[in-house]
Amino acid sequence: MPNETPIFSAKNVVRTFGSGKKLIRAVDDVSFDIADQEIVSVVGGSGCGKSVLAKIMLDLYQPTSGTFLYEGHKITDQKSHWNEVQAVFQDPFSCFNQFFTIRAQLEAAFKIKKDKLTKAEISDRVDAGLLAVNVTPKDIEGKYPFELSGGQMQRMLLARIFALRPKVLIADEPTSMVDACVRANILDYLMKLKEELSMTIVFVTHDIGLAYYVSDRLFIMHQGKIVDSGIPDDVITKPQSQVTVKLLDDVPDIHKEWIKR
Amino acid sequence: MSNPVFEVENLSLHYLTRFGNKIHAVTDVSFTMQPGEILGIAGESGCGKSTLVNGLMGLFIPPLHPTAGDVRVDGESLMNRGTEDIRENILARKVSMIPQGAFNALNPTRKVRDLAADVIAAHKQGANRKETYERLDERFALFFGQDAKRILDTYSVNLTAGERQRSVIGISTLLNPQMVIADEPTSALDVSTQKVVIKMIFELLDKGIFKSMIFITHELPLLRHVADNIAIMYAGEFVEKGTAQQIVFDPRHPYTKALMGAMLSAEPGQKSRKPVAIEGAPPSLAKPIEGCRFAERCPVARPECKLKKQELRTLADRLVRCDYAE
Repeated sequence: MPNETPIFSAKNVVRTFGSGKKLIRAVDDVSFDIADQEIVSVVGGSGCGKSVLAKIMLDLYQPTSGTFLYEGHKITDQKSHWNEVQAVFQDPFSCFNQFFTIRAQLEAAFKIKKDKLTKAEISDRVDAGLLAVNVTPKDIEGKYPFELSGGQMQRMLLARIFALRPKVLIADEPTSMVDACVRANILDYLMKLKEELSMTIVFVTHDIGLAYYVSDRLFIMHQGKIVDSGIPDDVITKPQSQVTVKLLDDVPDIHKEWIKR
Repeated sequence: MSNPVFEVENLSLHYLTRFGNKIHAVTDVSFTMQPGEILGIAGESGCGKSTLVNGLMGLFIPPLHPTAGDVRVDGESLMNRGTEDIRENILARKVSMIPQGAFNALNPTRKVRDLAADVIAAHKQGANRKETYERLDERFALFFGQDAKRILDTYSVNLTAGERQRSVIGISTLLNPQMVIADEPTSALDVSTQKVVIKMIFELLDKGIFKSMIFITHELPLLRHVADNIAIMYAGEFVEKGTAQQIVFDPRHPYTKALMGAMLSAEPGQKSRKPVAIEGAPPSLAKPIEGCRFAERCPVARPECKLKKQELRTLADRLVRCDYAE
């Protein structure tokens, strides 16, 4: 059963960088609630503040002002926060250390967990995680990150999530580095994750097509503010903001006129 | 029919590993391009798109070697020429390339103007600095308008990704090349910036700055708007080539169909349509493959597909490499 308390609840959250004339309001007076087991997508162009918002959710940045609550309380300790909230990032190559085998790194990820598991248990969980993303554990035995392709690496990041079983997943552009076939694959795995672990997922992306397909609710961000939000079909068919209209207009869709030559 | 700008005939390329094994990355690619044409090449990661680009420029840096075939720009062959010769006489003058993620590779310690002036100087085209600078102002005004001077006199780190990418395209077309080959020029940009960059490419093509273009990407919906013709590549071969309309709305090869099935779109009512991933992985190209290269993953494969080599044949006004496609 979904919990009553919202997973994230933001009230007038502001995050600024720099000072004086060069002050940038990366996240500007943002308020929202994200319910338990909900899939929410934050969509916007480059530099709209969506990644900063994701980092606030991961406690990598603290809000300059406003309150940001996780399950109704303030985030105090990063380690205990990451026990429950985990992330998948855009570039898998910069997420793994080139000098250790993938398996060693997947197992090392369990150090963040509060309940300590035995070595055999960890090994089993990693195996299960790998199988969940259609990789036979034997295939990556003794392999280093540079021996795998981009799509395989992205799957390793997801295998880590399957193994760790976090409560909340923040996916920051998980598919922008991969081609369309691998993207469809990764989305399948993420949906499977959601089903099996009853997770809450926050997608951060500039691909409104992807967001429309996966999410229960969309937030459209522009210049640090959430300018449009709602269930995907409403946002797409009845956009409230010019930003959404422009975003939809700029996506090269198959059945729609785009730029005339 | 006017003379083709660019002709590729049965081009095959291989990589030579340090153990002496050959990896046949590109096999038997042929096409010609007319002035004003944009050809889109699409395919998964690792299907040989970027290798093909190097071959099309005639730039063979070991371990890449040509196996067979010919590439001609305006009738001039690019094969069997030294890298020095190619760099001096072909690159930027005849064939220009926009590499993947080029906008992140601009030297941050120099202004865009200096980076652009280098290209002119390296090809011994400019008489003096004043003339070079005037030429740059004129060229950049074509697509930046009022902003041209500001962009030219800025360090690249202070420009947005879109401005940097447009500067890169501007720089690579400075010497009016016949052909521009763009390898994923917009895949790292967001959708709005992508639109601006594509508009600029169309403008340059209309003004005759370059004659034709090869646009490489894995986004088929984008190609439908950008390209006149699309070639689909799989495991180093063209599996289908036709007009953009034919490929996107009426794909015939099973692989093209599968690619279209994996696309997502933000159109109302499309939410129920689930993108279908293609299971499995492309074959290893280290050994010669008998039979159809897509047979392992093909949903409609027949037993004989794995044994019989498939050739390109004409089907419904386009080329398809599948004997059983309808």
